[in-house]
Amino acid sequence: MKITDINQLKKIANNVRINIIEQVYKAQSGHPGGSLSIADILTVLYFNQMNVDENKPDSPVRDRLVLSKGHCSPALYAVLAQKDYFSKDELSKFRNIDGILQGHPDMKKVPGVDMTSGSLGQGLSVSNGMALNSKMNHDGYRVYCILGDGEIEEGQIWEAAMTSHKYKLDNLCVIVDNNNLQIDGNIEEVKGLDNIEGKFKSFGFNTIVINGNNIEQLIDAFETAKTTKGMPTAIIAKTIKGKGVSFMENKAEWHGKGPNEEEYNEALAELNQNFKNINV
Amino acid sequence: MENKKIATRQSYGEALAELGEENENVVVLDADLSTATKTQIFAKRFPERFFDIGISEQDMMSTAAGFATCSKIPYVSTFAVFAAGRAYDQIRNSICYPNLNVKICATHAGITVGEDGATHQMLEDISMMRTLPNMTVISTSDDTQTKWAVKEISKIKGPVYLRLSRYGVPVIYNENEKFEIGKAVQFGDGTDATIFATGVTVIEALKAKEELSKKNINVRVIDIHTIKPIDKEMIIKCAKETKRIITIEDHSIIGGLGSAICEVLCEQPFSALYGENYFKNPIKVERMGINDTFGKSGKADELMKYFKITSNDIIEKF
Repeated sequence: MKITDINQLKKIANNVRINIIEQVYKAQSGHPGGSLSIADILTVLYFNQMNVDENKPDSPVRDRLVLSKGHCSPALYAVLAQKDYFSKDELSKFRNIDGILQGHPDMKKVPGVDMTSGSLGQGLSVSNGMALNSKMNHDGYRVYCILGDGEIEEGQIWEAAMTSHKYKLDNLCVIVDNNNLQIDGNIEEVKGLDNIEGKFKSFGFNTIVINGNNIEQLIDAFETAKTTKGMPTAIIAKTIKGKGVSFMENKAEWHGKGPNEEEYNEALAELNQNFKNINV
Repeated sequence: MENKKIATRQSYGEALAELGEENENVVVLDADLSTATKTQIFAKRFPERFFDIGISEQDMMSTAAGFATCSKIPYVSTFAVFAAGRAYDQIRNSICYPNLNVKICATHAGITVGEDGATHQMLEDISMMRTLPNMTVISTSDDTQTKWAVKEISKIKGPVYLRLSRYGVPVIYNENEKFEIGKAVQFGDGTDATIFATGVTVIEALKAKEELSKKNINVRVIDIHTIKPIDKEMIIKCAKETKRIITIEDHSIIGGLGSAICEVLCEQPFSALYGENYFKNPIKVERMGINDTFGKSGKADELMKYFKITSNDIIEKF
């Protein structure tokens, strides 16, 4: 069921953010910052863009999503739970020995997870394999690959980018979650990483730069990607790490830890308040 | 035994093209070495199912994983050092952990690569690949066995590492020979010693067996083509029957065939292996292989002598 109402999508994204905070609070570990920054991207993909059916998670012609930045699993799990791929009760067992939701996505344990990930840099290559298969079989499905901006410091990403270009994978859409932060700080300081758009452009990608926390801009960008032929698309999604929880926003320290009780309550209060700003 | 020598990489290339005919789900990926790994035979026949990923083995390995999630059966080839070594993390996290159906067919294993020298002579791949959960590890000894293995592994659901070599070896098995994954092949029933070999060293062990028999020393040779899962029954049976064991491999003695056999033996109860006669007649294992060192340039034959993994080196043990 495709949702086109922008306010309804915003509401789902806000629920996804609440689910993210609940997971990392309960687990007292996990990665809230980067999960919050991709909440809008994943919401638009699963509720507005992708041809997927929660009742047929293994359909050979479904669109695929590879969360290459696998540490942001709480966002993916939240979206999949919101879409009823599995019971929302599982979210409370994130990273728990009795649960199915591993610290990083495991395709063999979780319905709806299209690829196991966690070791950074590998997801674009996997996406290429899926996209090549779609073309070979004339299946017509599209493949979405979410990369972290810090993640593209991995050399394999650029090996894979050359492959995407070689095979003119126009059924592939890369989304770079460009929140500018990695564990040790700013991406420019840590690795001199700048001009991400220019890098992908020079590797043969159609590039689109948008505000990655803006639902309308995300929808427009994905629609443009769909109609772009003969080359893969890379959407450089400018996002805010920790988006939606003020005290986590733009803070590298919230890359990989769970909030304490006080912080948890503060975060939930802000997110619940945010529903009032959305007119459904 | 015929005199014609065939490198198992050649047998691989030929069998792979045949398999392509039989199974349309087979796709082949290479990393700019298709003329050396012999996947070019498949590429010429099925260009639409062949993907040259360029000099990027990590990318190739993960791309194969992507294909495997879509029910294709990818055969991935490059030199062993670049497959098991350079792309280890991709094999571990994107192939073995999700148990994806990728067949890693690694050519140019061992010091028998020859002139290219140490950087290209993979001596640790058996060790690294067999520690990975879900992985099946196969190391074939001749043309017949390789052609069987190339097709047989397509029937296993899950990752396989097939270790192949550049070095030409005589054909050992006639084409009607029946193999089974996980079941070793026994040559003779001599009781003076068992020689366990794999890959290019099987023919060396067989030559040694023949020479030793002239001196009235009767050994048996076991071709361990499947390193994982290993044929425990065969190992225990031979240990009981011969007491003396020699292992020989074109691989480091750390973590390879010799280690795998020692692991099986050391977990057996003493009574099962030795009966009442432990102190009178203990089981002794000698591991022959590359002894914790890197390789070097030279001709393959010269290197086998230099690193003491020839039939003569076995004979000298008696």
